[in-house]
Amino acid sequence: MLVSGIKSRPVYPGLSPDPNARRNLIVCDRAGAEAVVELVARAGEDFVKRASVILVADDASSEEAAALQKKLDPVHVEVACSLDAAIAQLREILSGASMGLRLYAAGSEPLIGSVVQAGAENFIDPLSVRTEHRGSLMRRVQCVHCKGMTENVVTNPVKCAHCGLLLLVRDHYSRRLAAFQGVCINAEDPSDSPEPKVEFQ
Amino acid sequence: MVIAFKNETFRDDFTFSNSPAAIRRFPFPFHEDKYMYSVNIEPHVPGPKGSVYEFPIDIDEHYVSEMRDRELVLKADPGRCQALPHMMTAQWDMLELLMTSMARDYPEHFSLTQDGDRWHWINRPLGIDQKFTFGDVKTLPYEPMEYIGRQCQGDFSIQDQRDGQLWMDAGIITTQADWSLDFDIGMNFFEWHGPVPLAHQAGVFDRALKFLLNLQHGRPVRRLNWTMTINPRLDTSPENYHKWGVDRTTVTPENVGDKVHLRVELQGLWRLPRSNTILFSIRCYMIKMRELVTVPKWGRRLPRVLRTLPPELVDYKGLTRYRDTTLEWLSKYDDGAPTTLGCGPD
Amino acid sequence: MTASYLRRVKVAEVERVASRIKRFRLVDVENKPLSEFSGGSHVTVCMRAQDRVIRNPYSLMGCPSDTSSYQISVLKVDNSRGGSQFMHDNVVVGTELEISEPLNLFPPAKLARKHILVAGGIGITPFMSMMSELDALGSDFELHYGVRSAAEGAFCKLLEARYGSRIRLYLQDQDQMVPLERILSNQRLGAHMYVCGPKPMIDWALRTATLAGWPDESIHSEQFNAPPIGKPFVVKLARSRREITVGGHQSILEALEQNGIDAPFLCRGGACGQCETEVSGCDGFIEHNDHYLSEAEKASGRKIMICVSRISGDAVTLDL
Repeated sequence: MLVSGIKSRPVYPGLSPDPNARRNLIVCDRAGAEAVVELVARAGEDFVKRASVILVADDASSEEAAALQKKLDPVHVEVACSLDAAIAQLREILSGASMGLRLYAAGSEPLIGSVVQAGAENFIDPLSVRTEHRGSLMRRVQCVHCKGMTENVVTNPVKCAHCGLLLLVRDHYSRRLAAFQGVCINAEDPSDSPEPKVEFQ
Repeated sequence: MVIAFKNETFRDDFTFSNSPAAIRRFPFPFHEDKYMYSVNIEPHVPGPKGSVYEFPIDIDEHYVSEMRDRELVLKADPGRCQALPHMMTAQWDMLELLMTSMARDYPEHFSLTQDGDRWHWINRPLGIDQKFTFGDVKTLPYEPMEYIGRQCQGDFSIQDQRDGQLWMDAGIITTQADWSLDFDIGMNFFEWHGPVPLAHQAGVFDRALKFLLNLQHGRPVRRLNWTMTINPRLDTSPENYHKWGVDRTTVTPENVGDKVHLRVELQGLWRLPRSNTILFSIRCYMIKMRELVTVPKWGRRLPRVLRTLPPELVDYKGLTRYRDTTLEWLSKYDDGAPTTLGCGPD
Repeated sequence: MTASYLRRVKVAEVERVASRIKRFRLVDVENKPLSEFSGGSHVTVCMRAQDRVIRNPYSLMGCPSDTSSYQISVLKVDNSRGGSQFMHDNVVVGTELEISEPLNLFPPAKLARKHILVAGGIGITPFMSMMSELDALGSDFELHYGVRSAAEGAFCKLLEARYGSRIRLYLQDQDQMVPLERILSNQRLGAHMYVCGPKPMIDWALRTATLAGWPDESIHSEQFNAPPIGKPFVVKLARSRREITVGGHQSILEALEQNGIDAPFLCRGGACGQCETEVSGCDGFIEHNDHYLSEAEKASGRKIMICVSRISGDAVTLDL
């Protein structure tokens, strides 16, 4: 569960099929694929006929990816080697898509954030993207000082991959940037260097 | 009324100070001797002559120097001024509101001549004389929000209204109390207030949003917000926190009077007519502890308020490292005598 | 804070634009410029009839940047509560009225790539200013306008002259229907649909859009409910300890105003939420007629929008 007192923290209500959608486009990673398997099992035949999946398989062997593809059968699955490749493919599809397309995202928060972001760039309201968080709690963090992004953050604080400042990862989240905010944790006393603890595994 | 503009700085050697008249008109925000959170929204109607509420847009002795500081901030970090593409109508709305207010209320310093959409704007303190076509962005050196924002005290953000929400889709923010426009742009009302403690649970933001969604043109409202700042630094942005954060450790019993400042934001909310957006003005006033205690009522009241501040707010406002030192220094000015109701000096 | 600020205007022009529709042009009594407004806005017109005050919301129809006058159109409704009748029978050139500042509960979506406007009958009114605004911004839009007959359709010629092929007319007496399913079926991402008209038409359009796979976020509607007629009942005011009778042709809000009680309101059509009031007891059932409260809030019986909702029963106790 993702819990926080900060209200900019996004909420992921879980995948549910839209029976009226003309086309269901689903992006997931290995962990999120389990949620998609459940979605497909729950949804009717019509939904399945209109659905296709982009699977980000950067942390899966080719055997694991093939096994997932089989589990999602008969839904058409495209395997992408990285999140960036999947998002590029998604953008390509969205640029020529029609109203009636419904977007779904399942997996880690950076994946969901990137899908919602690509949707918004193509006129899809973030509220109409159906999302479910699965697997790792790792985060994408933007350093408020140098604006650089640090990917796959599991500790708090974390060292900025660009300027090297030690950042407190706040629950404050920007949908536009698809990232959490990182603020220098020891600005008031640079000699104070709290040990990073694993918080987002 | 001709204002004598001061030449002062808000960085490096920090020469900012308030004249005795500026101290008297300081918008002290506490109307009682203890801390109470409230939304305290009231109609933004003209107040007493000489007060910060006399005119909708308040220009004071710090105007020229504040505009110089804004220029420095924007030069170093252009991301402090941003507008999403659908906000252009709102930018013109804002320019019109500020230019007409400033020219009407400070005719010695500003003038505006309108001939249909052909406008002529003169800003004497900053030496600007600009003819332009209202609605045609090519006729101004900057987009309208930045153009007028570089000539008006206070930060501004513009909220778009859609789907029963307000979205912060534009702003020029260079004197912020620790929030980032670059990070928050595009967020809705609940999201950009996300980090504020306590108020969400109290339902404060639900009520405030509902109120603002129905805000009417010509009926602006205002409220006061406050924090404290070490040194009279306008640009206390998170972007530069790693540079100014260390200031908070430099407070000693000897320098409280000069270093510690009460920072009050006069926040105005205005419906902009053509764009159906809401302009949020955040006008910042600072006062040194040494200046503040020249008003005996404030010298008594501020320590009483600071003592009753909930710990979450001490942390949120960044006072943790110097509140006690400040309280100790202020206590000398609290003789325990009762204070009168209301915020102003006796 | 109540929103009772009103501006005095006088009628500068009255035109019958269709068999049952009159257009009124309003100017400030001192000829001061009016406020600019945004496309889709309305004002509340305050009419002082002999025995009572009637306040009805009407969409502004002119060009949003024209501050010299406002234009509204009024459909004469038989068996109405009197507002449209008053406008048709008693308001002539020179009549003075009071109006609120413009309020917009039906704005075009600024992030849309294309706007599809669907109007039925008098539901054309909010789209008049909206199209003016979209046209000035160079935005992509099309209007699908269904009217009973050429004689009953207001502004058809004007619209076609102004916007050409972006206007599609459908005449009911010639069995022409808005082919909404086809219109919605092949739009690129970024299209938004707006519908305004009689309630059955709105319901049909919303259902059609949902069945075409359009997400709720891309579908917008505006419907001003006139307060429905019902049986009289009593309102007990818990805080001010008063009892007031609401007549069959009155809303709770109107009954309060008639008795000198200042209650908050803005749109008076059950849409803006300003008049939301706590219910502390009800001897009967609340008939919720608004578009503001959620289904859960309506079911809870703890809240009522006093501008359009009433009760079937004897008495309701409000936190006023």
